[in-house]
Amino acid sequence: MSASMQLHYVVSSEDFTRAGEASSDVKSKLKKLGFSPDVVRRVAIVMYEGEINMVIHANGGEIEVVISEEEVIMKLEDHGPGIADVEQAMQEGFSTAPDNIRTLGFGAGMGLPNMKKYADVMEIQTKINVGTTVLMKVAVS
Amino acid sequence: MTVYQVCKALDAKVVCGETRMDKDVHNACGSDMLSDVLAFVKDQSVLLTGLCNPQVIRTAEMMDIICIVFVRGKEPDHAMVQLANTLGITLLTTSHRMFSACGLLYEKGLRGGASY
Repeated sequence: MSASMQLHYVVSSEDFTRAGEASSDVKSKLKKLGFSPDVVRRVAIVMYEGEINMVIHANGGEIEVVISEEEVIMKLEDHGPGIADVEQAMQEGFSTAPDNIRTLGFGAGMGLPNMKKYADVMEIQTKINVGTTVLMKVAVS
Repeated sequence: MTVYQVCKALDAKVVCGETRMDKDVHNACGSDMLSDVLAFVKDQSVLLTGLCNPQVIRTAEMMDIICIVFVRGKEPDHAMVQLANTLGITLLTTSHRMFSACGLLYEKGLRGGASY
């Protein structure tokens, strides 16, 4: 792959059953491009957790993905309520997800910790009532 | 152990993936929390779960899980079956409860695998 590839996704919150389609598409593209199974899976996990978070907490949002030989960069941007206390949100087990989401298997308070665990870089910018941007990078080498 | 042997040990019904029953299963994971599933990376795994919604299939896709066993007789709907078939994931359903289903597979030598 000589140049970088840019992808853009709009994540809708209208249908929870469709959450994960963007992550699925990126995973399949990385596989076709011949990235290692470890990189493919780490990107899939962090992007999927982020995509689910967007749907649960922020009425959807937009995701930009840049794929190059060195790294995969994901920028997830939403215009949701923002995160009041990022440090608290990063703790395993802390969650503000509603009960209906918990019955679907999410809301264990593992999303952000998982993203931090599998991404090489993770930065959160958030403002109450404005939105949240999560930048994640997975190194290829 | 193969998917066929998992199916036999659990007295399970094949929902989809009859042609993929000879695939090898190396590890198993039993959970009703999908983020817990996403926290542990294993190869060629089978997932046992009491959840029954499309995100179970999506989670399995992200983790390269090759077989999902729905416990307590849960039946996936048409959309889930279609998605699983597209992704090459075998779906089984067993009347056993989670604890018993996990125990039966453990007895046959299947283990949980190491954390990432």
